[in-house]
Amino acid sequence: MANVKGAAVNRTAVDEGKPADWIPGTERQTVVDPMEMFHKLPREKQFITGSEAARESMRRANIDIAIAYPITPQSESMQQAGYLYDEGYIKEYYRAEEEIGTFSAISGASRAGVRSLTATSGPGLMRGMEAISSWPGARTPIIMLNMCRVINTPLAIQPDNIEMSFMLNTGMILLHAENQQDFYDYPLAAIMASEQVDVTLPACVSTDGFFVTHARGPVLITPEEFKLPPRDGWRSAVPAMDNENPPARISRDAPIQKSNFISYHMHSSWQQEVFAAVHRSAKYFRKYLGGLIEVVNPGAEEFIIASGCAVSQAREAVRQEGEQGRTVGLIKIKTIRPFPIAEIVEAIQGVKRILVPEFNQAGWLHKELCAVLYGKSTAVIKDGPRVYGGMTMPTEMVLEALADFRKEVP
Amino acid sequence: MSLENLYPSPVFKDYLPIEYRDLVEHGPYTNRGGKDKQTVKVTDMGKFKEVIEEHPMCAGCAMTLFIRLVYIGMPNPEHTIVVGTAGCGRLAISQASVPFIYGNYGDTNAVASGLKRGLEIRFPNQKKDVVVMAGDGGLIDIGFQGLMHSWFRKEKFVTIMLDNEVYGNTGGQESGMTNHGKVLKMAPRGKFGDKVDALGLAKVAEVDYICRLAPTNPARVARTVRRAIMVAREVGHSYIQAYTSCNIEYSIPTPDVMKDAFEIEKERYGFEEIISPRAKEYLDEIEKKAKKKKSDK
Repeated sequence: MANVKGAAVNRTAVDEGKPADWIPGTERQTVVDPMEMFHKLPREKQFITGSEAARESMRRANIDIAIAYPITPQSESMQQAGYLYDEGYIKEYYRAEEEIGTFSAISGASRAGVRSLTATSGPGLMRGMEAISSWPGARTPIIMLNMCRVINTPLAIQPDNIEMSFMLNTGMILLHAENQQDFYDYPLAAIMASEQVDVTLPACVSTDGFFVTHARGPVLITPEEFKLPPRDGWRSAVPAMDNENPPARISRDAPIQKSNFISYHMHSSWQQEVFAAVHRSAKYFRKYLGGLIEVVNPGAEEFIIASGCAVSQAREAVRQEGEQGRTVGLIKIKTIRPFPIAEIVEAIQGVKRILVPEFNQAGWLHKELCAVLYGKSTAVIKDGPRVYGGMTMPTEMVLEALADFRKEVP
Repeated sequence: MSLENLYPSPVFKDYLPIEYRDLVEHGPYTNRGGKDKQTVKVTDMGKFKEVIEEHPMCAGCAMTLFIRLVYIGMPNPEHTIVVGTAGCGRLAISQASVPFIYGNYGDTNAVASGLKRGLEIRFPNQKKDVVVMAGDGGLIDIGFQGLMHSWFRKEKFVTIMLDNEVYGNTGGQESGMTNHGKVLKMAPRGKFGDKVDALGLAKVAEVDYICRLAPTNPARVARTVRRAIMVAREVGHSYIQAYTSCNIEYSIPTPDVMKDAFEIEKERYGFEEIISPRAKEYLDEIEKKAKKKKSDK
């Protein structure tokens, strides 16, 4: 070890090439209770990009290992993670061969019981989907940042969040950040929720690429000398693969491949438990994020329900409607999984019209809302406006959609 | 794992399965004569409780013998994690009292990369050995990219290829390690290309310890595994390629499985050990120490 203070600290190659008196960044930080970090510490306003917000979040997240493969627009965030590794805020880091390798390696790291971070973007996420969909069943807490990008042919690098629809039923925790501020706050909350014993699941924080990752916005950040508590590899719903338990002739990732009713039952109950754990994570997000949804103008007759960047566009539409003397409500959905059914049902009591704007072709949020609100609300739920392939969503589009909706459903 | 964890509370002992009690009393974890490593010998097989047993492999399978020898060769099974993938081998590997990660198809060397690095962060004062043990298809076909890059990155774990030269578990399809011209399922006109020169690739990647062998000399297999693990602990990557015939798909009569292993070894497989200078220096050092200790007694 290169310096005395760091001698007792778990480190690998992090101090290679550093001067003898170098102290890794993480050793200069003090651990604080997550609730103190999220709600009590003073915050300083910075005008930074989403990728920079992610970097500041990672700096305070007490990450042990970060592994990723470059892809636009995610590259910048993981380069930032590289700088944090160089500064000693992340203990281990490497650029993997591609996404199957990335997501497999990060699952290996999480199985070792350490806090593990990766990031990706549309096509990369799809490439590694087999590995990703195996994370929840392996009960591996992993934090994945996803900067949404078109996945369909013709090839494009533009923002579009259709890939989120592919993750809805994986058993992962899934958050959708509206802006740079969320991209700072949500990863920290997601890490703490995902590592709770009654959760022990991977979490993905998605945001809309470029609109958030490359644009600057005001972000209130906590002092960098404070960090989250480390992951405790001993506290988990399943043991880490560290061979620190009495031997038993089982593998944690049991090959339940026999064709008999016992194996079918085992597999189904394992899946049930994964999805129950997603549900159980809700209570932590209520604490950490102050709720699974944000409601603007409660009690309004018509509502917009949105997630991600569409919320920002809807906010502006709501403001402009207000200037015209019309009160339009807005529900921002922070957690896509767990999906906040009860909160939404409560917020839309008596509502006549619900408009669901989205940045994707499939309209996955609209479909989700129609499914979960069936029989629970008399409101008409309309999809639109929907933009994709990199298109922006001018506020005028939202205002026009609202006007048309009022004519259709007076 | 502290070996203290192995011993059950006396009040529970009688309620544990006989297999577990045997493992505690007659397994490789105990009776080490004060050494911190496994001291059981291959020649003692049958006289001690192995960490693997009651596997569902085919009768006469050479791969099973090889896998048993691998576990005997592990210096510290109590600090070893095995990573595998779909294939015949995992049917036996998952029966061992060593944690086994049964991952997705072809993900072994990527999983092992993250696992090993994670364990090094979490246990800075305790070496944890990571061993990938997977079939030829799992490594050279679907897992090729992960295999190569783990070699290029010089990840500190061991890769063991169970080379039965066929996809045995899925019913006998040709693999990248099948020999040219061999007629198998999905090669109705004979295997088109040559057997992949995995050893040559390992040399190009400058893998620190490389060995190709057949399970003809059990003591040599255990020694090879021990060497590979020790190199991976301290120096760099290790690769073992073992001929583990599939007597079903290659129609080898069960009583002739070992005869086939001797013949194939003699005809084409051979024994080859390639050790980098730095790995050799390290092995010389630890093996000399061990010899010296023996002569001191």
